[in-house]
Amino acid sequence: MAEKILMKGNEAFCEAAMRGGARFYFGYPITPQSEIPEYMAAHMDEIGGCFVQAESELGAVNMGIGAAAAGGNVMLSSSSPGIALMQEGMSGLCVCHLPILLVSVSRGGPGIGDIRPSQADYRQATRGGGNGDYHLITFAPTTMQEAVDLIYEGVALADEYRNPVCILCDAMMGQMMEAVELPEHKEPVMGDAAIRAYKPWALTGQGDRAEKNRIHAMPWSPEELQESNLEQKVYYDKAEKNLVRYETRDLEDAEVVFVSYGTPARITTEAMEMLKAEGINTGMIRPISVWPYPYAAFDEIGPKTKVIISVELSLGQMMEDVKLGANGRWPVKLISRTGGVLFSSQDIVDETKEILKGVK
Amino acid sequence: MKTVFEYTKGMEESVSTSYCPGCTHGIAHRLIMEVLEEKGVLKDTIGIAPVGCSIAAPRFMKVDMIEAFHGRAPAVASGVRRVHPDKYIFTYQGDGDLTSIGGNEILHAAERGEKFSTFFINNAIYGMTGGQMAPTTLIGQKATTAPMGRYVEKHGMPLKMSEIIAQCECAVFVERVALDTPAHVRQAKKAVQKAFEVQEKRLGFAFVEFLSTCPSNWGVPPAKAPDWLAENMIPYYPLGNFRCPEEVK
Repeated sequence: MAEKILMKGNEAFCEAAMRGGARFYFGYPITPQSEIPEYMAAHMDEIGGCFVQAESELGAVNMGIGAAAAGGNVMLSSSSPGIALMQEGMSGLCVCHLPILLVSVSRGGPGIGDIRPSQADYRQATRGGGNGDYHLITFAPTTMQEAVDLIYEGVALADEYRNPVCILCDAMMGQMMEAVELPEHKEPVMGDAAIRAYKPWALTGQGDRAEKNRIHAMPWSPEELQESNLEQKVYYDKAEKNLVRYETRDLEDAEVVFVSYGTPARITTEAMEMLKAEGINTGMIRPISVWPYPYAAFDEIGPKTKVIISVELSLGQMMEDVKLGANGRWPVKLISRTGGVLFSSQDIVDETKEILKGVK
Repeated sequence: MKTVFEYTKGMEESVSTSYCPGCTHGIAHRLIMEVLEEKGVLKDTIGIAPVGCSIAAPRFMKVDMIEAFHGRAPAVASGVRRVHPDKYIFTYQGDGDLTSIGGNEILHAAERGEKFSTFFINNAIYGMTGGQMAPTTLIGQKATTAPMGRYVEKHGMPLKMSEIIAQCECAVFVERVALDTPAHVRQAKKAVQKAFEVQEKRLGFAFVEFLSTCPSNWGVPPAKAPDWLAENMIPYYPLGNFRCPEEVK
């Protein structure tokens, strides 16, 4: 077992991506993720990779498209308004069937927003912030170790699903330090021969291939575009089958079931202990994949549950998915903060008791 | 019998281009592909097409290609270059794409001294969307979004992109050519050759601006388009070399 080391989230994200085989990073400074481009600038060269400080997030994502089209394993990162600027490219990567690993370190919004933790980019990540029929495969880790493991795996998953994989973190995760165990370095896909063998669709120059390769951002007719979209849907169907991930806790006897992800899930865990001490049994569904969303987890809820509460740092963006999962079987309520404000575990306890008064 | 002309192997023979009669995209395509063929590097080349009429270029050019989003070809090419340090890489971009929506991307590719070549087709108007005003539209020229013609008080002055790019220290080769006469076409081919030579020698960024025709959107008969270019465009966009490194002179 590897040694556990204390690392800042943003830096651990970089190590995980590099160890997962990412060798091309294009970035632009924005708080609370600027340590990512800084870390990449310092360390990408050491492992034969490449860092470019782009002129903007638009530049960064389009450099990412170029490097991914050329067969490189690419990591991108930004924070809320920067991720918004990247949406052209997210939609573009999907029409081109290109893999990329995106780390989204969310801050308060809308607009320029605030640099403190938020989950107000849930819809942006899970519903697609760009135009057209597409999804980002999105995971929302709650500990640094989980983030590291998902980022490490995400590099390969993006290749496998020919689609961007988004790791959705709140600013707390980017800025917090926590002990992590870093995985071993994977052999990266680098150089003509490896790229041609592993990614026969990539742009490498025709070489000894019989035909030239073309990557279409604009298929030529509605029929061709439909065909391209349906081709991608095969991967989306596969993701819905294979990539749904979640964790449940104490659902059996729960009077209240919390649904929470990211940093709020940790605060909620503490609130659950406090409520238990007061004789209120609670359980939790913690989505790890937020697209595809773990709707099936709600079928595990026991007979004693009176109410489901979505605990999140947005005005109820995830609650829409919670309602789809609950499917009318239980009332769904919300405990939330917005704009970069956090709740404490005591806040969650107090608001849960208030909600319970109304659902007896 | 002696062969005096052969169509370049760099263009698909079985596919007709989708360009209008009198448009010079075909000439620019052919020049670039001819130079790559003569160098024997067609199979080591990656091209990046723009949004606009020439988004169709990957259908006609016989090299690995991707269509970039509107204006982003220089960023895409920068990414491709990082993965493939030894290939021939070019972007092919129109004036709406390169000077307007992609102004930032081209400027910073030039600033970074990216080791690829950009071929810039300036026909002073938006072609594919149907004749809207571009930053390159001339004073007095009518466009669907400047129905009374472009005038300074409302629209400012047309952008001289070669002159702007030439201000970047790492844009080591910058030349403006025209596609209106056989002599100018031959001159243009020399510029394309030099642009690829600059890339081959990793000297810096290379930029060739082609003054081109768009008879459909100018409202000029195809046969008269070269004259319109010579009379209206060349006086404002002077031909010539702005920067050329010693190594390729």
